[in-house]
Amino acid sequence: MSAAAVGTSFALQARGIHASLGQVPVLHGIDLDLPRGRWTSVVGPNGAGKSTLLKALAQLIPHAGEVRLLGQSLCDLPARDRARRLAWLGQNESSGDDLSVWDVAMLGRLPHQDWLAGPSTADGVAVEQALRATQAWEWRARALGQLSGGERQRVLLARALAVQADVLLMDEPLANLDPPHQSDWLGVVRQLLTQGRTVVSVLHEIGFALHADDMVIVAQGRIMHQGSCRDPATHRQLEAVFDHRIAIVPVSDQWVALARGAHEP
Amino acid sequence: MTAPLDAALHRQARLSVSVALALLVGSGLLLLLGLGIGSTGVESLIAMRDDPVALQIVRDIRAPRAVGAWLAGALLGLAGAIAQGLFRNPLADPYLLGSASGASLGVAVALVALGATPHADAWLPRFGLTGAAFVGATAAVFLTLALARGVQQTMRLLLAGVVVGVVLGALGSMLLMLQPAVMLSMQAFMLGSTGFIGWSGCAVMALVWLACTPLAASLSRVLDALSLGEATATSLGLPLPRLRGILVATLALATGAAVAQTGLIAFVGLAAPHLVRSMLRTTHRRFLWLSSLMGGVLLLAADTLARWLIAPQELPVGVLTAVLGGGYLLWLMQRRVAPGVS
Repeated sequence: MSAAAVGTSFALQARGIHASLGQVPVLHGIDLDLPRGRWTSVVGPNGAGKSTLLKALAQLIPHAGEVRLLGQSLCDLPARDRARRLAWLGQNESSGDDLSVWDVAMLGRLPHQDWLAGPSTADGVAVEQALRATQAWEWRARALGQLSGGERQRVLLARALAVQADVLLMDEPLANLDPPHQSDWLGVVRQLLTQGRTVVSVLHEIGFALHADDMVIVAQGRIMHQGSCRDPATHRQLEAVFDHRIAIVPVSDQWVALARGAHEP
Repeated sequence: MTAPLDAALHRQARLSVSVALALLVGSGLLLLLGLGIGSTGVESLIAMRDDPVALQIVRDIRAPRAVGAWLAGALLGLAGAIAQGLFRNPLADPYLLGSASGASLGVAVALVALGATPHADAWLPRFGLTGAAFVGATAAVFLTLALARGVQQTMRLLLAGVVVGVVLGALGSMLLMLQPAVMLSMQAFMLGSTGFIGWSGCAVMALVWLACTPLAASLSRVLDALSLGEATATSLGLPLPRLRGILVATLALATGAAVAQTGLIAFVGLAAPHLVRSMLRTTHRRFLWLSSLMGGVLLLAADTLARWLIAPQELPVGVLTAVLGGGYLLWLMQRRVAPGVS
């Protein structure tokens, strides 16, 4: 997308990231290279620091260390420029119940708009595309407060898509989605990848996370492993980090995670 | 060039335009009504062409009062809408940063120092009270900001506002205990009154309103983005610290200007945004304007009623806004709960 970024093969590079929530240190020196044009899923036990890592990468929390976006240090990049190239979708954020679905998705265009100017035709097109991609177009005139949790999640996803950023960070994007719309989300991600965009998603459902190209395994604020989702070494690490309470097994042409009982060998 | 909107989205835009028009027409009618009500009755309005005294009553007493009531209400409605958006809390009102207790303390100090009453005709005490209220309100907001160490953490800001409110309120009460003579004047201020607004007060409020409303509306997309959460707003590249600072300043200025002229009018700032919300849901750009117009209508209506109910005597308008606003809000809450119960 952007000419300045042609030189690098990494969408995001992190060096020595330390971050705390309140007084509690959560991330302990993260070094990470996330390849361009690929989908990386971030997994790990509860409280491992996955969401904090995503927020640090998106510059939403104070942290030590450096993050480079498409080769460019984020310290030097104005916030608006960053916002155009890097979109972030959070979990459990409060949501504007009074705003219409259209208005919410249009907020994704903020980094592209001048202060006092209204939305341009391009903004309208981007918002319509995003809402159609998540099947939220039908409710565009409804208020967000009138939607169910899953419907709302699809609108918030559309908001993130409407930014049309090169890099998209998503924290639990499948929360509240029913199985058909989970599959639709996979379709959306695949389409982003064909456009050369980079997707990073925190997913607690290991089966879905294994659909990605690459996997980053986080535990106790450190990167335990980074590798292809098809690599047996990744699967072994995944089982280990969950105390061997899951087993990664092939089913038809997919990898799935099966839960093991506590007392089984 | 604007994006083409389809019919479904047009409906929302049309609805807010109709509500705005209704509020403007309502304001006009209430203003006329306000000119006709007073201790000398509607005759003053009819007789004013021939009778210089009647003309003076309408021009120098009733007109500034009606216009001033509308302006003060509009400022409070605007401040309430900003506060609720900024703090993402439907209970937020214009006074939550300590403006109210700051203004009270300012007035208490002025009353004690000048020995003045709000009924004083002399220019100095009159100006002194308005100025003291404004200075008190502004100083209290600065104190709140200092205690909260800036505008970054909204929860801290809210708590600091509560602390400042309690402490300054206590200081004000102590002052009154020492000087019981000013108690009555102080009570009038605490209840809020539109009776002392002159044309100069109107001019000040109009200027502040004309500055604050477009400014806040131009930052409305910040409030929209904030309603999706602070992290999302930051991820959209908004310089939140600076924008929040401007919005807090707007909120404090609008509140201070209204409080200085009318005292502590209860409930308009809280109720006006809720009334708008009960009619339509829209973006903050429209919501701020509509809440402001609604605040104007609300206070002007309450003021007109306050002068008419027991004419030629009058009720303190603050009492009416509290009773009527509170009652209506309660009714709205009941109505919202009812469908779920049945």
